[in-house]
This record gives sequence, C-alpha cells and structure tokens, in this order.
Amino acid sequence: MQLDDLNTIAQREKAATKKVCLRTCMSAGCMSSRADVIRKNLEAEVKAHGLDPDVEVRRVGCMGFCGQGPLVGVDREDGGHELFEFVKPEDATAIVNSLKGGKCEVARGDPNHPFFAKQVKIVRANGGIIDPESIEDYIAAGGYQSLHQVLTEMKPAEVVEAITKSGLRGRGGAGFPTGLKWGTVAKSAGAKKYVVCNGDEGDPGAFMDRSVLESDPHLVLEGMAIAAYAVGADQGFLYVRAEYPLAISRLQIAIKQAKALGLIGGGIFETPFVFNVDIRIGAGAFVCGEETALMASVEGKRGTPRPRPPFPAESGLWGCPTLINNVETFANIAPIVSKGADWYASFGTEKSKGTKVFALTGKISNNGLIEVPMGIPLRQIVEEMGGGAPDGRKIKSVQTGGPSGGCIPAQYLDTPVDYESLTKLGSIMGSGGMVVMDDTTNMVEIAKFYMEFCMDESCGKCIPCRAGTTQMFHLLEKIAQRRATARDLAKLEELCDMVRHTSLCGLGQTAPNPVMSTLRYFRNEYEELLQPDEFAQCSQGAAKTIAAT
Amino acid sequence: MMRHASGDKRFKILEVHMKKHQFRHDALIEVLHKAQELFGYLEDDLLLFISHKLKLPPSRVYGVATFYHFFTLKPQGEHTCVVCLGTACYVKGAEKIIAAVQQKAKILPGETTPDHKFSLLTARCIGACGIAPAVVYDGQVAPKQTPEQALKKINDWM
Repeated sequence: MQLDDLNTIAQREKAATKKVCLRTCMSAGCMSSRADVIRKNLEAEVKAHGLDPDVEVRRVGCMGFCGQGPLVGVDREDGGHELFEFVKPEDATAIVNSLKGGKCEVARGDPNHPFFAKQVKIVRANGGIIDPESIEDYIAAGGYQSLHQVLTEMKPAEVVEAITKSGLRGRGGAGFPTGLKWGTVAKSAGAKKYVVCNGDEGDPGAFMDRSVLESDPHLVLEGMAIAAYAVGADQGFLYVRAEYPLAISRLQIAIKQAKALGLIGGGIFETPFVFNVDIRIGAGAFVCGEETALMASVEGKRGTPRPRPPFPAESGLWGCPTLINNVETFANIAPIVSKGADWYASFGTEKSKGTKVFALTGKISNNGLIEVPMGIPLRQIVEEMGGGAPDGRKIKSVQTGGPSGGCIPAQYLDTPVDYESLTKLGSIMGSGGMVVMDDTTNMVEIAKFYMEFCMDESCGKCIPCRAGTTQMFHLLEKIAQRRATARDLAKLEELCDMVRHTSLCGLGQTAPNPVMSTLRYFRNEYEELLQPDEFAQCSQGAAKTIAAT
Repeated sequence: MMRHASGDKRFKILEVHMKKHQFRHDALIEVLHKAQELFGYLEDDLLLFISHKLKLPPSRVYGVATFYHFFTLKPQGEHTCVVCLGTACYVKGAEKIIAAVQQKAKILPGETTPDHKFSLLTARCIGACGIAPAVVYDGQVAPKQTPEQALKKINDWM
C-alpha cells in the first residue's frame, strides 16, 4: 500500500457514488427501532422503482438526533438535504416515492435546526455520512492520509510537538494535556511500549464513545496508529465494554479491513513501522475506566487500581511504558495532523481547545449527540440546541461528569463549557454525559442514585471507598426516608471530605462529588427532610435541670 | 488434547478458543466471555476446567469471574429482561418499569422465576440514552419503554 493506492481507492469510491443517497442510521439507538428492516425495505423499494442506477441506500453511523430516531437522511441530486424522523419500516415506499416528487407524509426534521446548525464537527465529521463497515468509504473521506503523512514526512518528535501545539486535552474527563502525555511515553526507556484506547465508557448517561466507535471506527484506529508511531509502540489494545456489541463487531470488521489493505500490521506504507491492534472486551466494571484498573483488566486480572506513581507512561502494561487515551482523544488526532495544530487550536477557549462531544439526555426535548466548540455557553446547548425541558417544565439543573461530576443549577446556565469553568462550579467536564433535570427531579434522590452506583462499583481494594460509599449511601437513604437529623447531615459531609481525600483512585476520590454539589446548590432539599434532633433537645433539657438543682 | 469427562462438545469448542489465544493468562477474560456464551453461565466445574487449561490457580479464575458484573455464576431464565438504570433512563422512569415487573413476576432484580422462565436484570448503562428508558428483551434493545409495554412483553413469556 502506497499513497497512490490510497488515492486510487478514494477516486474509485468517489466515481461510484450515485446521484442520490438515502442514508439510514444504523447505530445502536436506531437499530433498536428496526433500522435494519428499514434499510432492507428501502433497498427493495429502490429496486422495485428501477432507481438503483441513481439511488444508493447506505448504512451510516449515528446522525446524532437519537431521540427522533430511526432517522433516514436524503442527499438529493440538486445538493439539498432532507431528514426523515421516526421512520417505520412501512414508510420505505413513501420515502422512495418522494424522490420522484410523490406524496410523503413521513415526519420531516429540519436539517438546519439549531441542534445541527450550532455544531462544529471534527470527531463526528463522518458520523451519519460514511458507511462504518467500509474502509473504502473512510478512505474516500480522506482517511489514512494523516497516517501516511506522519510516517513519511514527520519524525516522532514532530508528531508529539504538533499534538502539544494543538492544545488537545484528554477527553476522558480529567483533561490532562495529550501532548505532554505522549511526550512522557516517548521519552520513557523501554524496548516494548503499548498504546491503549480506553473505550470503557462506564459513566451512566453517556454514549459518545459508543457512537464514535460505531460510526467511524477507522478514525480511532488511525489515531492509535499515529500515537504508536509518535511514542514508539508497536502494539495497541482497544478496550471496549461488553455492553456495546455493535461497536465491538464494527471494530473487528475495521481491523480486518485495515489489515487486508496493509494499514495495520508490518511495513505500513512501505516504512519499517509495525503496528498491531487487539480488542479487549470489558466485562462490566465501572472502575476499569480508571487507567491502572483498565491495565489490570487488559492483563486478564481483576480490575483493581494501584497507586500512582509509577504512572502508566513509565510503567504500564506488563511493566512497559504505556500510553492510555480515551476514544474521543484518539479520534481527534487524524484531523489535527491533516489540518494542522493551529487550525485545531482556533476552536475553543484559551485553555480548552477544540471541540467536545456531549450526550444530551434526560428531561430535554431534543435528545442526542452533539459536538460543540469548547467554551459554548451551557444555555445555548440546553435551550437552543436541546429545546429546553419538555411539557413546558423548567430546567432545574444540568448534571455533567456522571458519578464523578456534579449538578450545575439553572442560574449558572450562562457558564461557558470548558474544563476550568465547570470545575469552578463544583462539577467536572467528565467524558461528556450531560443529563438535564427538570423541576420535578428530586436532588436528594439523584445524589442517592449516584452514591448507590459508586457503592456497587467500588472495587473494594481501599477501605475509604469500600466502606465510605456504603456509609454515605445509608445516610442518604436515611435522609430520603425522613429518618435523619442535622447530625446525620453533618456526618455525611464529614464522610464526603474523608472519602475524597483518602481514596486510592479516581472512583473513590470523586464519589462524593454528586453529594457535595447538590448540597452546595440544593441544601434546602436536604434540610426539608431532616427531623428534629430529639437527643439534642433531651440533653439540653437535662442540662437545664442539672443547672437548676 | 484432554477431553472433559462429560463428553460435552462445548468444552472442546472452548478449548479451541483457548488455543487460539495460545493459553495466555491475559486471555482469561476473553475465555470467560466465550465460556458464558457457550454455557449460559459459569458453573464451578467450568471454572475449574478453565483454570486447569490456562494453568491458573482456581482462586484467580474465580476471583475474576466474580469481580465483573457481566459474568454470572447462576443459570439464567429462558427469557431475560434487562432494564437499563443509567442516569438518563433513571430520570425518565426506569424505576417504575422495574417496580411493575418486580410486582408482576414476584422476583427481585438479579433473580429468576422458580420455573426458570424469566430473569429480571438491571444494567448500569447500555449507552442508548437517546431513547431512554431502554429495556433489553432477550438481547433486543427496545426504545422508550413504559411499565405497560414491559408487562405486556413479560405476560407473553410467562
């Protein structure tokens, strides 16, 4: 495989493109509403109408507007676009009829709705456009050009420098500068190094990584290969949750295709560079999103974390230097290489560059995935793009960062979404889950929900997390059941502080966050549930009696 | 190649799978996935077989099998109903679905009916938040479920 071959494939693919394209979303969300049958019916209808020389029915990845699914997008001959929503298998006839100017009463969405218009797509540029199970489609969209550029024109150090310059920060949640991490692994001494892609998206209410893996698996593979070249690794592992069977099967297909074309394996683009990738399937443990626990799991052990240092960059998988990045981080790499670090840095704020994908869910009119530039005010996301809360209710708060994050109350909706601003409000950027809550939501219940999650998911290795989350959960339950007093609330706050400062890994250290942030903004909801402290009254009474005698 | 005493062919399939991974210790989770896929659940005998073949102490195999939620050591019912309890599903009423099913089938989440017809399970998040609340019936994800829809499905099974 050489550059010419790549271009030949791209040209052949482009030449074969038909005038009209019916894009059928085949991501997990739409698949659950029989998108596969819709596609089959569309194909049959196109054939029946004798339209197959001009009309292509394409399987595509996530278009983002999952709440309105199943979706079918139409690229018309005149360059116009249409979007059909809530499509049912029997609607295929009407949709194909509409191509010939016929009547069609299937619900139409507005492709220029703010939900789409306000997005800036870098990671999701191909999502909903290309066929995720076709490497040719990806190559036609400019795929693997960045890998070629890196292998033939750049030294590893130059790649690290470009990533550093782009200002990209880890998209898993903590926001560690990616270039710095790559530089550390590149400098670590070791004959064997590994690159690991963290696709253990355990945060409930988040599905950005699933969507990227399902819609554009080659983008992640290309990013990993570039990273491997930059840090000097020859083996990669893709760690994906078992709950994402479609993502796993699309990755398996992608790896097979890339191997067949010589884009993974030995002597890529006729250079000495070797890179192999294996998929590791998780088995349902939230803690495995923590990097040291993830590595233990890749090694086939119980997914328990270990103290850092040594950091994985120095001593990771089997004691070798290991680079671990999130799916979305890797998905940003190829665009940065092809379009330049300065281009990437032109998006976002001073300290948070580029774009971020969010899963907008909960009590909001427009559910789905969005990619927006960093620094966009939260209000624009939830009100303009998300359309506010449904049924005329008011938004009460927005939860970001899942069980490690916090709730941002409605009065702070004008906050720009970047790493620092969210931290200042007591929440975190997190991996990108954004769950909107309306005024019917009980915040104590939400805190309890997350604490129960952390209690169940605590691996049990360190005591503050194992015992602390259990005690905190029981206290929250006591409060919710109106059995607690002010003293219990004080104990809860004390425990929050203790668990935060003494736990071994991120799970325990951040487990109190949902409690602390709801206490910070919705303390009255806790206090309303408290009972008078009879013991305190008793002892006060007793003290008076003693004083009187 | 040593056969399992029961003569069950599935053991042989599992052994071929282990061979594909060159009996490497780090393939333990992959092997357990395959074993569960073949047998439906991981019974002691099966775990011992794996430990013997991979030359790993039984404690290690048992430890890994019990650590991860995905592995089950008890047989499941003929049908399964997995209610997603991710945040998005939770705020949209997944609890009500669980409560309804629980009342109808008289089992708690994680349990199987005495006639082994049906298991009620919960998931932490299946990543289908755009179509919350989601329920997985026998491996098929169903979008925007209501307690009534769930009960109807279960009625058909019971």
